[in-house]
Amino acid sequence: MDTKFADNRAWLLVLPATLLVFFTAMIPFMAVVNYSFQIVFSMQNHALIGWETFHEALTNEEFSGALGRQVLFTGIVLLIEIPLGIAVALTMPRTGKMVGPVLVVIALPLLVPWNVVGLIWQIFARGDIGLFGAFVNNVLHINYNYAVGEYSAWFTVVLMSVWHWTSLVALLAYAGLCSIPGAFYQAARIDGASRWATFRFIELPKLRGVLTIAILLRFVYSFKTYAESLTVTGGGPGTSTTFMTQMLTNTAIGQFAYGKAAAYGLLYFLIILLISYIFYIVLTRVGTNEGGA
Amino acid sequence: MALINFENVGHSYSGKQDDYALQPMNFRWKDGGAYALLGPSGCGKSTLLNICSGLLKPSEGSVSFDGKDVTDMSPEKRNIAQVFQFPVLYDSMTVFDNLAFPLRNRGASKSHIAQRVAEVAHMLELEDVLKRRASGLGAELKQKISMGRGLVRDDVSAILFDEPLTVIDPQLKWKLRRQLKEIHKEFGHTLIYVTHDQVEALTFAEQVVVMSEGEIVQVGTPQALFERPEHTFVGYFIGSPGMNFLPCEIDGQDAVVDGQRIPLRAEQASAARDCNANSLKLGIRPEFVELAGNQQGLDLQVSRISEMGQFRLVTALLGQHEVKVKIDNDHGPLEGPNINLHFPPEWICLYSNERLIQTPNEATHGH
Repeated sequence: MDTKFADNRAWLLVLPATLLVFFTAMIPFMAVVNYSFQIVFSMQNHALIGWETFHEALTNEEFSGALGRQVLFTGIVLLIEIPLGIAVALTMPRTGKMVGPVLVVIALPLLVPWNVVGLIWQIFARGDIGLFGAFVNNVLHINYNYAVGEYSAWFTVVLMSVWHWTSLVALLAYAGLCSIPGAFYQAARIDGASRWATFRFIELPKLRGVLTIAILLRFVYSFKTYAESLTVTGGGPGTSTTFMTQMLTNTAIGQFAYGKAAAYGLLYFLIILLISYIFYIVLTRVGTNEGGA
Repeated sequence: MALINFENVGHSYSGKQDDYALQPMNFRWKDGGAYALLGPSGCGKSTLLNICSGLLKPSEGSVSFDGKDVTDMSPEKRNIAQVFQFPVLYDSMTVFDNLAFPLRNRGASKSHIAQRVAEVAHMLELEDVLKRRASGLGAELKQKISMGRGLVRDDVSAILFDEPLTVIDPQLKWKLRRQLKEIHKEFGHTLIYVTHDQVEALTFAEQVVVMSEGEIVQVGTPQALFERPEHTFVGYFIGSPGMNFLPCEIDGQDAVVDGQRIPLRAEQASAARDCNANSLKLGIRPEFVELAGNQQGLDLQVSRISEMGQFRLVTALLGQHEVKVKIDNDHGPLEGPNINLHFPPEWICLYSNERLIQTPNEATHGH
């Protein structure tokens, strides 16, 4: 096909957008790529060291430890929030006077800023004065202190994430459930389907689209978690709740190791990109392919 | 299969007495009957169907199957099948699993399921797609599968269809309707078929139930509905075009419309006088009006002639009232601005307050 145009000046119209993207995204990104191959003492004093930073990232405990904790955290959070969110959505009223109030209450945690969530939980979970912490320690008589105990700290950050983000999954699933035509439920009743079968064969397949979005969003958000856990545990005790973003911040701003941090950052970015892509491919293929022969 | 009995069944969605979607009624659906429920959108036919299947509990009255009160029973307990207007499929299942689903939920044996699914697939010509996933198929196949799910249980009390052919192409509609008729003949299920399409209703059913504004206005064979509409609504709704209705008065043996005299049967005229009729109307089908030829007839002014292929549809004025007449093409051209028409007394129906005035020998009348 002949697609040649005599006058190509229309491309000039794309120029402002190209420049904008170039200065706001491409140049900073290339700066990071540039740093990642150097050892940077100061902006005037740096030296090219090649792949060494990447080699270090892939072999030292600092990076792999944070990545391992990050994967574990995201895994736990997804395993709890997705089923819990669906369960909450199933119990939400779809008609009547209570729809409005319930939606507002469910959406409320999403409106709270990240570090405020952290602050709320820092106090709420304190063993001496926090309602939750004091209850666990003094009524349930379980030794719980997120500043000292690793399990306590993990329990706190996971619970906080569930409190903050299950609403997102619930709202998305709720929207998906509301869009299922009534005839499907009527047909299920006529066909004698149990509640479980109705969920398994009608609701869940119809929720596939919104759940893909929910899982992707929750994966990306939880994989980048920063302010919430930092405010409560500061990454401790030790490094037990130091996740990727905090490790990166510590490396770049704490140790002034820009080159190393840049390499970590690039790897981190590639991991998110790769996992999101795999998620997307897998979740959009499941159920749509022509099964059987 | 069962005899379904409605006793004073009425329904109001708002719960208020004066806001009926379905007026309180008594009705008996005979075991093994093929019924069509015909009426315009919003006349309450779907409400009636949902009360039958148990998806909706009527706000008053009771429903019984074979004498057993089922008013409070769920659809699964009533063991009823229903097919909806738009295809309802279980997307993640194969066609076979879709068809087997109602049986599996009731714990049928594997061999029974395999046998029934094979039978239904054969009836609806679905054998080729049984192993495919249901979600990727076209609308017609999907609706066939929905219908198949309704037919797969052989022990159901009744099978209800809620305008099931809406999404189907006209050509295939004929075929599917014929298949349904055959299935009915073979298995003798009680079938209730909701539609707003009169052709569909008249070709499918033995008994047509015509509804208007939440009320059953007439139940009868397609022929009875056509020849003796018991309500002006039935006359207007069935037939294309519908029945002509002319406000009239009775004078002696004649009906008088805008000063023109139309002879009636003697018993009809006396029945009309006896019943103290108010807002009296004379009804006659466009098919039954005849050209009077050389005989003494009614002189009407022609206002429009439409060519309809096999016949001409003539619209003429009797006084101020429009009368539509179907005239066969072999009658040759119509001459002049006026037309001389004859209203055969045996095809004239009289309506008082929109309801047919019955004449004593009604039962013997007809062709």
